[in-house]
Amino acid sequence: MGPLQFIATSARFVLRGGKAYWLWVGFLVALIVWGVLAYIDQFNSGLIVTNMRDQVSWAFYIGNFTFLVGVAAAAVVLVIPAYIYHWGPIKEVALLGEILAISAIVMCLLFVVVDMGRPDRFWHLIPVIGHMNFPSSVLAWDVVVLNIYLVLNLVIVTHILYRGMQGRSYNQRLVVPLVLFSIPAAVGIHTVTAFIYAGLPGRPYWNASILAPRFLCSAFCSGPAVMLVLFQILQRTTNIAIKDAAIWKVAELMAYAMFINLFLLGAEIFKEYYSATEHLIHFQYLFTGIHGHHALVPYAWAFVCCGISAFLLFLFPATRRNVVTLNLGCLLIYASVYIEKGMGLVMPAFTPDTLGEIYEYTPTLHELRIGAGIFSTGFLVFTVLCRIAIPILTGQFAAVHAHAGRDSLRGRLTTAPTPHQPSAAGGRHL
Amino acid sequence: MSAVTVLAILVVIVRAKPVIPPEGTAANKAFSPADFPAVFAKEEGLIGAAGAGAAPPGAGAVLFPVPAPPFSEGVFPCMECHGSIPANGERRVLEAMHGDIVLHHDEEHRWCLDCHDAEDRDHLRLASGALVPFTESYRLCGQCHGTQYRDWRSGIHGKRTGYWQGSKRYLLCVHCHNPHSPRFASLQPLPPPVRPQFLRSEDALAAAASGGPGTDADTKENGDAGPAH
Amino acid sequence: MPDPRTDAITCGDTEDDAKVDPVTLSRRDFLTAVGMAAAGFLAGCSPEVREAYLQKHFLELSPPEVEARLGRLHADYAKRFGTQVQVSALPAQPGVVFGYALDLSRCIGCRRCVYACVKENNQSRNPQIQWIRVLEMEKKKGIDFEAANPYYNPEQVPDPEHFYLPVACQQCRTPQCTRVCPVGATWQEPDGIVVIDYDWCIGCRCCMSACPYGARHFNWGEPEVPAAELNPNMHVLGNRPRPRGVVEKCTFCIQRVRAGRYPACVEICPVGARKFGNLLDPESEIARILREKRVFVLKAELKTEPKFYYFYGI
Repeated sequence: MGPLQFIATSARFVLRGGKAYWLWVGFLVALIVWGVLAYIDQFNSGLIVTNMRDQVSWAFYIGNFTFLVGVAAAAVVLVIPAYIYHWGPIKEVALLGEILAISAIVMCLLFVVVDMGRPDRFWHLIPVIGHMNFPSSVLAWDVVVLNIYLVLNLVIVTHILYRGMQGRSYNQRLVVPLVLFSIPAAVGIHTVTAFIYAGLPGRPYWNASILAPRFLCSAFCSGPAVMLVLFQILQRTTNIAIKDAAIWKVAELMAYAMFINLFLLGAEIFKEYYSATEHLIHFQYLFTGIHGHHALVPYAWAFVCCGISAFLLFLFPATRRNVVTLNLGCLLIYASVYIEKGMGLVMPAFTPDTLGEIYEYTPTLHELRIGAGIFSTGFLVFTVLCRIAIPILTGQFAAVHAHAGRDSLRGRLTTAPTPHQPSAAGGRHL
Repeated sequence: MSAVTVLAILVVIVRAKPVIPPEGTAANKAFSPADFPAVFAKEEGLIGAAGAGAAPPGAGAVLFPVPAPPFSEGVFPCMECHGSIPANGERRVLEAMHGDIVLHHDEEHRWCLDCHDAEDRDHLRLASGALVPFTESYRLCGQCHGTQYRDWRSGIHGKRTGYWQGSKRYLLCVHCHNPHSPRFASLQPLPPPVRPQFLRSEDALAAAASGGPGTDADTKENGDAGPAH
Repeated sequence: MPDPRTDAITCGDTEDDAKVDPVTLSRRDFLTAVGMAAAGFLAGCSPEVREAYLQKHFLELSPPEVEARLGRLHADYAKRFGTQVQVSALPAQPGVVFGYALDLSRCIGCRRCVYACVKENNQSRNPQIQWIRVLEMEKKKGIDFEAANPYYNPEQVPDPEHFYLPVACQQCRTPQCTRVCPVGATWQEPDGIVVIDYDWCIGCRCCMSACPYGARHFNWGEPEVPAAELNPNMHVLGNRPRPRGVVEKCTFCIQRVRAGRYPACVEICPVGARKFGNLLDPESEIARILREKRVFVLKAELKTEPKFYYFYGI
């Protein structure tokens, strides 16, 4: 099988699907078009169409960027046990975790691009051709590690899928070192992203050494939360064999991460409120509002309440093994981290600004549309990659190969063919 | 990655400096004062500049280039009128002339002829009796306001314009302070900046049309005009 | 299930790897095609657009390239504003480090400096950009940014209950803003002025997050400078008209001070509160102020080491 055939086969997978599949893709494409139209407007008139101003110079785009870096980094939670320890139940889903990481990084990069005042000068960031301010600028580091992480995951996923299509196992000598490397890289992307903020002494809300650990902990909550929900959807809509044990194991890991996340948040809140220096004002703006400005207060308490309830739901084995409470917990922790690591991270640092001015930012429709377009792009990438990966994971290749008398080439990654063939719903027509 | 590499990277990070233009680039080329002809410009005919005006009455006095004193229209030279009027040394409220001058400058202890010379109205009179021209009035002010005079001479107090490197123009004390009422006059401020929520001109127009908080609303509260949308 | 023989899934035939498929794009072909597409796109542009797009970082320009860029700017501005302009690239003088001092006991908050700066430095009138921000503060609270108000607008200033703190770029010796720039589009010149290459800035606004003084301003929209009010005396790293989507800030009026003149705000200040000079010259006003007055800098605890000092003259 050559690369062309690989692409052709993949395309054939992607282009076949039921009504539900095409409705979903159509919905995403519609949102993307809606977002692209908004972006064209922004590109032509400038970032004035957003509500960002000198007082609040980063906002919705960068908030989403930060949150999604966490989602991308969280793939490592599944990768570590799956690859290093050949941990049975988790192995199938690790590939999906990496696909999620790819989708998240794509969204991250898009959010950075739409936030740039001069996206046409993106090439200035490229080393040698441009003039990257390395190693002084943490943002330069972030560009490097994000792209390394993206390439790393792309290589691993493409390799496994390619081999899977050939009915062969992945190359251990290629994948294992890459996976080993992806672990520090995943920690790296989130740490470096945290350092962009934590390294700014002029913004006391961010200038805390606890920020990077908090980033990692919340990433290990939000990323798996997305995946747990996705796995259950795949469990129901496809014949992919995701075992409940894997889901419970991930949920258990999340409970630990949630505890540390809450603990670190508590540590930060104690330090700020007990010492009550002039830096406290940013936390006050977040949690109680200042001088009559309360825009973030409901969100702040929402993320605290969601975080605590999710932790409780994940803490007890009974609730984390119950489908309803598990998904409720996922939803709650996702909402919690989305608020906390998105707008909850960016806005209070700028409010009040460095000269004490309070400008309460709310995103414009343009920003929301562009954001929706980017999220849809990410979902589309995820859908397309899953569309290719699932038949390989479910072992349908193996079935085909068995039919062709090539049983011996069945890949390690593929599970035994499912006894029944799927019928009606989207994602089953192969 | 070996430990040495990590160490090397750490050293580079720690030593990271702002971009400094490399030698030989345009931004750092060799430079000579000849590149700045404007710096050594003409003295612009300022009063008191070296070689201009009368010789300094006191030894060691330094002359400063200043623009003409801010006389009222047609009042100088004083001797055009005062040359034919005998000096009246009696403290009194002026009524016939100069009625517009109200003294708010330690008026309990002084009056006109403490500073204006009774015989030569075209000059001011120091406490020592020495006469100084109006273009050197700072010497008169400096008798009492010693620290301000010292600061003014070194450019700390008062206003200098022109060239930080080259000829400067000084303002006399009386250009900013009315000598008869030296408190600095208050001014109307220029308009405040546009609030961030009204930076888009259409938002500012909409706010103005709806009678909402305007771009120049006078309020002590920080940015309290509410969200733009 | 479709017939495996006719389904693309069955293409997973390892023997095919050895054969070279004539229609298969090799990686090199692909990269070549992308490169040629990009080159073709650029070739389709006008030479001005192409040159502007591909221009190098300012500090990497050779003297003839600097001349070429200045020429391009002259032509561009002449066309846009219908007037002759002079864009200089006058470099820093050796032995000069600029410093600034502001007498808080004199400033009356009249905002003359703000508008002189706007005019001198060709700042956008709409959307409004002002490099100087004058903060009104309460005398009984002292310097407290939380209680600061930049939007004060009484009939007359000064107000007896308040004092005024104008803030612009503090020209830090250890600037946070230059350190974080991912493309090195902003740097400190040998005379201490922190400048921005408007042709290199990518508009990521990292520097604005890093600046503790709110001194950096972004061109959120297309900057608008009336041709009649354009200051034609420009510096390439200073007051020349900026494009949309880049950051700008005070440069101590680099176009004036590199030619030996005082900055515009010093010239306009009606109370003489603004002082400027060469820190390395012991006879300069600024050096005397540092010697004789008690000066302070904003947010000294951040170790930005500003060259913009505040002092109380009385």
